Order: sequence, then C-alpha cells, then structure tokens
Amino acid sequence: MMYHVYVPSDTTAKALGADRLARLMAIMAAEQGIELNIKRNGTRAMYWLEPLVEVETAQGRFGFGPVKETDLASLFAAKFWLGEVDHPLALGLVEDIDYLKKQQRLTFSRVGVIDPVCLEDYRSHYGFKGLENALNLSPQALVDQIKASGLRGRGGAAFPTGIKWQTVLDAPTEQKYIVCNADEGDSGTFADRLVMECDPFMLIEGMIIAGLAVGATQGYIYLRSEYPLAHLTLEKAIAIAYENNLLGPNILGCPQCFHLEVRLGAGAYICGEETSLLESLEGKRGLVRAKPPLPAIVGLFGKPTVVNNVLSLAAVPFILDKGAKAYADCGMGRSRGTLPFQLAGNVKRGGLVELAFGPTLRELMFDFGGGTRSGRPLRAVQVGGPLGAYLPDSQWDTQLDYEAFAKANAVLGHGGVVLFDDTVDMGEQARFSMAFCAVESCGKCTPCRIGSTRGVEVIDRIRAGENIEGNLALLSDLCETMIDGSLCAMGGMTPFPVQSAIKYFHEDFVKHSAPLSSAVSITNKQEV
Amino acid sequence: MTISKFVTYEPSIAQTIIDDFKAKPGALLPLLHALQDRFSYIPNESIPLIATALMLSRAEVHGVISFYHHFRTQQPGRHVVEICRAEACQAVGARQLEHHAKQTLHLDYHQTTTDNTITLEPVYCLGNCSCGPSVRVGNDIHANMDPHAFDALVERLKTDLLEVLQ
Repeated sequence: MMYHVYVPSDTTAKALGADRLARLMAIMAAEQGIELNIKRNGTRAMYWLEPLVEVETAQGRFGFGPVKETDLASLFAAKFWLGEVDHPLALGLVEDIDYLKKQQRLTFSRVGVIDPVCLEDYRSHYGFKGLENALNLSPQALVDQIKASGLRGRGGAAFPTGIKWQTVLDAPTEQKYIVCNADEGDSGTFADRLVMECDPFMLIEGMIIAGLAVGATQGYIYLRSEYPLAHLTLEKAIAIAYENNLLGPNILGCPQCFHLEVRLGAGAYICGEETSLLESLEGKRGLVRAKPPLPAIVGLFGKPTVVNNVLSLAAVPFILDKGAKAYADCGMGRSRGTLPFQLAGNVKRGGLVELAFGPTLRELMFDFGGGTRSGRPLRAVQVGGPLGAYLPDSQWDTQLDYEAFAKANAVLGHGGVVLFDDTVDMGEQARFSMAFCAVESCGKCTPCRIGSTRGVEVIDRIRAGENIEGNLALLSDLCETMIDGSLCAMGGMTPFPVQSAIKYFHEDFVKHSAPLSSAVSITNKQEV
Repeated sequence: MTISKFVTYEPSIAQTIIDDFKAKPGALLPLLHALQDRFSYIPNESIPLIATALMLSRAEVHGVISFYHHFRTQQPGRHVVEICRAEACQAVGARQLEHHAKQTLHLDYHQTTTDNTITLEPVYCLGNCSCGPSVRVGNDIHANMDPHAFDALVERLKTDLLEVLQ
C-alpha cells in the first residue's frame, strides 16, 4: 500500500534540514520496503515545528514536528505513515493545531497544503477559478470588483488598489505594464517569499487578472536577489503557465494576451520603493523619482504602470473567485480583508498568521507567538520593518488596523512583527536605523543622504554621554527635517524607529555616562 | 556555490552573454547578473564591452554596478558567506555572530581569507526571520546560526564537503 507523506520545502524548512530529511526518509523507506510517496509541499509557516512532516490519512493530515534526522529511526519504529500513532513528536491533525485553526487564511489557504509547482494541485484547490471569471468580465467590471473588495496596497502604503487600477485603465495608452513589487526587504517579513515559494500560481493568476483589468499585456516580477529559492520556483511556475496557455497570446483559449517575466534586483533596499524599482527595472541606478507624475500615469519606460505588492496581487484571485463581498466581510473600519502577519525575531512560535484586521498586537504576540524565544520578558516590538516604530508594553493593546496604528504614530507596513527581549539596547537599535538609512539611501535627496549619517554621529555622541540633553534636542530636530524634507519613505520614515526608541525607552539613551568600549559597537562604527 | 562552477574571464564569453541580453528592455541588470553568475564577479575589462553594446557610457555602467550591493568587480573567495544584519536576526544574537565571524576569520566585511576560501559579506534580510540568525552561502540559507554552528559551517566550507553533505 502506498502512503502519502509531505516534507516542506520553503527556504526556512530547507535551512532547518528538510531536504536532507526527505532524502534520508526515502532511503529508510526503501530499505524497510515501505511504499512512501514523499511529496514536497511549501510550508504551513509554523516555524517552531519545522521540519513538519505530514501524513495523509482518511481523517486528514497528521503532523510530526519538529523532525530531526535523529528522530527518523523512532518515527519509522512507530510506523508514522499510519498517521495517528503514539510518538513524542506527534501533533495530531495539522488543521486542528490552534495556531492554524485560529487564522483566517484567505490568501494563504493553499500555502503548505499543495506542491507549489503542481498545476493539478493548484487547480484542485480553486486555482484559476478567479481567472476564469475574470475572462468573462469587462475591464471596468474587474476594477469595480477590486474597488468593492476594499483591498488596499499590502506593501505598506495601504493605497486603495482599485483606485490605482482605475487610473491605469483610464490612461489612453496602448502599452501598459503590471509590475509586481517582490523586493521584500523589510526585516521580519517573509509573506511575499511564502507566496512565491509555496503558491506561485496564485501570484501569476493575480497578475494576469490585473493585466486584463487595466489592458496591460506585459508583466514583470521584480524579485530581490536574496531569495534564490523563490526565483527558481517562480521560473518553474511561469514556464508551466506558458506551456498550459495560462500565459502567452491566448489565455485559456481566449483572445486576451499576457506575458510575464521575473527580473532580479541586486541587493538595494531602496528598490522596494516603487519609483526606484522602476528605475532599476529600466536598467539604471535605483534613484527615487519625484512624484507626481504617479507611476500609474508615467511608470515603466514612461508608460502607465500598475505597481502592486505581491500580497495585493495574491489577494486578487480570491476576490474574483469568491466575490468582493466575501473579502470585504473580513476586517474593521477602512481596513478590509486580511493581512498576513509575520512573527519574527525573538519569538517562541514564529511564523505566518493571516488574520482579518482587528485583533490587538498583544493577542498576536502572545496568543499566537507565545512570547519570546529566550523566555525573558518581552521589551520592545518593531512592527512594519526597519522604518516602523518600536513599541513598548503600553502600546501593545493597539488594534491591528491601518488607522489605529497611524493614530499611535506607528505603521503596520507589510505586517512584519519583530520581538525583542529585555537584553535589547534601544540606543543601539536607534543607531542601527540611521546607519541602515546611510547605507541604503539612494542619495538623491539631502535629508536622507546626509541626515542619516549625521544621525549616526549624534546618536554616538548621546550614547557616549556627551551633552545628552542638547544632542537629543538636535536629534529631534534632525528627525523632523528628515520626515518633512525627504523625497520618499526611506528618509521620511527612518526617524520613526529612532523617535519611538527615544520616547518609549528614554533610559537607554541616558544610561551611557561612560564612553562606549564594546567591540561590537566599534565594529559597527567602522561600517558607516 | 563554489568557484569550480565559474569560468575564467574571457572577452569572447562575455561578448556572447552581452549579445544574448542586449535586446531586452532594461537589459543592464539581467546582463550584469548573467556576467557575475558566470565569472563570480564583473571584470572591469567587460565594462567597455557592455557600454558599447547598450549605447551607454562606461561611467553609466560603472555607476549602476556600484549602486547595487550584490555586484562586485573583484573576484571573491571560493565561498561567499553572507551574514544577515537585519533587526529580526539582531533580536536573536546576530551582532554577536558577526563579531564572532570577523574575529575567527580575521576579516572585516567585503574581505577574503588569505587562503581564498571565504569572502565575508553583510546582507540585510534573507527572509528567514523566525529562525535566525541567518547565513547564506551560495543558494543555501542556514538557520539558527550561533557561533558554534558558524564554526562548523566554516569548517565544512574549508574542506569543501558542503555539497557532498547536502
């Protein structure tokens, strides 16, 4: 009898030894004469359980994890392929694990379930249902669906996706482009990576629908070079899509046409900013463009261009399949639908948590995340990447909603949540924010280019105990100049983590009365 | 990724790659990637060839290469070891890890060991943020890298057993 077993294959699972585990499992099965069909799924993104081995049974999939090579002998002895067996790593039915059960996985419903590059798997899980519907709708009707869903840009800026699409649809030009921003540079975020590594056809489907909606026939996925596996998976999926008439001149036999290509970035954080990304796609230095004109009017190669984040485009197939209302029914206030949050850093149960907007940050960090990995008290949390504010205990009851976070002078951004325990030195973190900006600034505008370097210097003086109050006032001025005077969010938001660190963790800035002597700090100083 | 996969620079090979890419819209980045993937770096001698093919000045090509952290114009060691310096990894000890790496390899970032085995580079986020600190070598990402695990990785790289093991 053939037993079906799943071993995950995303970057993190591989980094934890999943490939070797799968190979050893196959060898042991052959030796013992057991017919195991080892399939490679993406990942459920419950990372403290990876590698999470799943076994298909009539009742559902039973899980075992985290499985190390050394656990294989006992798993085979327990006949793990039968599913419900007694073993210390047995987790029961995977779908019943609280972490997964309490989520609302709309976009991520297939992630970790299917083989990422198996078209049949994708089709049998509602794949291309949205596209089939879209092919029967007029461009305006498509744009109206997206508007009605309330979908807002998931890259961080939260601009209504439907309005952006309408602008491009209304532009009276022959050539238009769809550009997917897959330059997921924010630390603590990996949701885009999961889409591309675990369910790439969903992104392809979303981009085709976007093309149909605005009248664009060429799409580009601008992918960061730090994601080699996502690159490989996307290339495979795109080739399969071309072979099956999903991309190319006659989509599913209809007259519409859409071409898609992956372009690699080259390690520049700023290229996640949409105009810098377009410059980079054109083969130039990633210098930020002044807006207006908006990319929707003058975008790639001067043509109207939709630039959407991976998660925005990945939400589109669901909306076209299940209807705009099904999506808009989730969420609160003006934040409709779901956001895939990512728990990272010093967290006990890290992973992806897709939730409708509304729960509090505290619920996310403790009910799902389980607090810190180190077991020490949680002290600070940075939400929304390196340009997001550091929040202390007093702010953790903020609801996860774009407007609620804005009110707390914070951003949800791309949904990354990075936890720090009480060993963190917030002076060092503030310094890093400025140093990061100095390294990654495109250099076009002065507040960002020069301000960040001056910011590092002022923070160094504060941390060395030099005229602390005077230098804090100077730093405050500098932050305001950067916020008001920078051309884009890089310089305009770098002060957020700095200001929040000073506001909420003031004691870390005044405690350094003696000059710094730590080798690590000196090493970092040489970097800038 | 080991040096054995790369070829020694030959202008004719570079020209073939350039000809393959030059007609693409926005050809420069894909072209630079292809050159670096083939030679392990972008040799300065190839810059005039690129400039001519794309009708750019040499300064413009150089400007693009120097803007992006990923591109290099010097040949690296056999293995490029990238340590993640971003916040999620900092929260679980990346600062200690980079300090340890520099100390034990006697290197700063962007430098190569004298035996030409390892080039050390910083990287800002590998997307392995729940299981950091993270290190990338070639196309492999390594999770939970404490100093002990780092030493073991370096040992494997020095003896070139990495690919056999995996």
